[in-house]
Amino acid sequence: MTALAAGTRHPVTITLNGQPRTGHAHPRTLLSDFLRHELGAHSTRVGCEHGVCGACTVRIDGVAQRACLTLAVQVDGRRVDTVEGLAREGRMTALQDAFHRHHALQCGFCTAGILMSLADWLVRVPKPTEAELRDMLSGHLCRCTGYAAIVRAVMDVTGQTTESVHV
Amino acid sequence: MKPAPFDYLRPATVADALAALAAGGDDARLIAGGQSLMPMLNMRLVTPRTLIDLSALPELRRVEVADGWLTVGAAVTQNELLARPTLATEAPLLAAALPWVGHFQTRNRGTVGGSVAHADPSAEIPLCLVALEGEVVLRSARKRRTVPASGFFIGPLTTARAADEIVEAVRFRLRKPGAAYGFREMGMRHGDFAITALAATVEADRIRLSVGGVADRPTARDWPRLEGAALDEALNAFAWDLGGDDDQHATATYRRTLVRRLGRAVIEDAQTELTP
Ligand code: FES
Ligand code: FES
Repeated sequence: MTALAAGTRHPVTITLNGQPRTGHAHPRTLLSDFLRHELGAHSTRVGCEHGVCGACTVRIDGVAQRACLTLAVQVDGRRVDTVEGLAREGRMTALQDAFHRHHALQCGFCTAGILMSLADWLVRVPKPTEAELRDMLSGHLCRCTGYAAIVRAVMDVTGQTTESVHV
Repeated sequence: MKPAPFDYLRPATVADALAALAAGGDDARLIAGGQSLMPMLNMRLVTPRTLIDLSALPELRRVEVADGWLTVGAAVTQNELLARPTLATEAPLLAAALPWVGHFQTRNRGTVGGSVAHADPSAEIPLCLVALEGEVVLRSARKRRTVPASGFFIGPLTTARAADEIVEAVRFRLRKPGAAYGFREMGMRHGDFAITALAATVEADRIRLSVGGVADRPTARDWPRLEGAALDEALNAFAWDLGGDDDQHATATYRRTLVRRLGRAVIEDAQTELTP
């Protein structure tokens, strides 16, 4: 049985965007804080810290999850992907490109989380309907874009057009 | 919004988890997906001395179909169950209700057993468990026992689980031949807590309506195949028996209206499926 004492910082090793990284965390340290403060991976945003806003969403072993509802010690030995890992050799992914083209971000606070959700979800649902997409996006709060441009970007990158009259 | 300090235990077996729980007493809390507990820890609504992590226990990650039951290990995530290709034939009600549980991102981590153990009165999975006349398998270092859903939920966040027990598995009855199911929910937004959620089972000679979000626990009522004014009257009586409270989301009056209106609609949904 793994037993980690409350008052001690314990080594936690993860594969962050393909690179092995080690830091130290108290048992109560959230994965979001571990990524930002311990590993310096600042792309993961922290909004609400109770699972509502989606800003902190990362992929753990490929699966999109809330970093603020995950303890750093729970991901020891696992793969964590953040938005920093999406671009390859300085080139953005097609999804990031589409966000850029469609102006799907303004302040960008929500964007990293949304991109990480989509990076998982579009593998499972490669050709979503607009209704399915909007349902998935309900797990993220964006206070700038009104979501319309985000929907347009995703429908574009999946080779589809938007149907909404209000877009 | 950071948790108060706690010791963290990750047992390798259920037996180890039970020993740790017995040793930890009231100061220990179990965590599976943590999609309800982690916000409570972050807000310091709960401040356990020890956190026992069940999420990685292979023994709790099995799904089995046998003897008329769909048995879901406590650490199976909501999206893992939803992704089961045979779910819509095994338990159509669950297939209809699971997409309403939280959001895609929280279902990826939130577990079926955790939702049942948490026992939020408006939660969809406890509602389905009551609707499908399911059972909860509880295990302590001393023994294993099975509690019917109707006796498991006692009140808001309160269940029949004893302090030294873990929810080992949750058992749903498989689809009955000749039965049809319906599910409806009203919330502020899709993925928010349900103001009222309803599940209907219609069989040749029986209607079972189960309601979450109104009484202090998911509650079911059985009727013969009522129709017309008789059904309205039964729904009205059920709505008053459920009661409900005013809160920041809705009034008790509105909740009872939803029971009458959506109750009829969800029963009709199931009836249409039974005799298209
Ligand atoms: S910071 Fe994690 S969901 Fe808002
Ligand atoms: S771009 Fe500002 S919150 Fe989404």
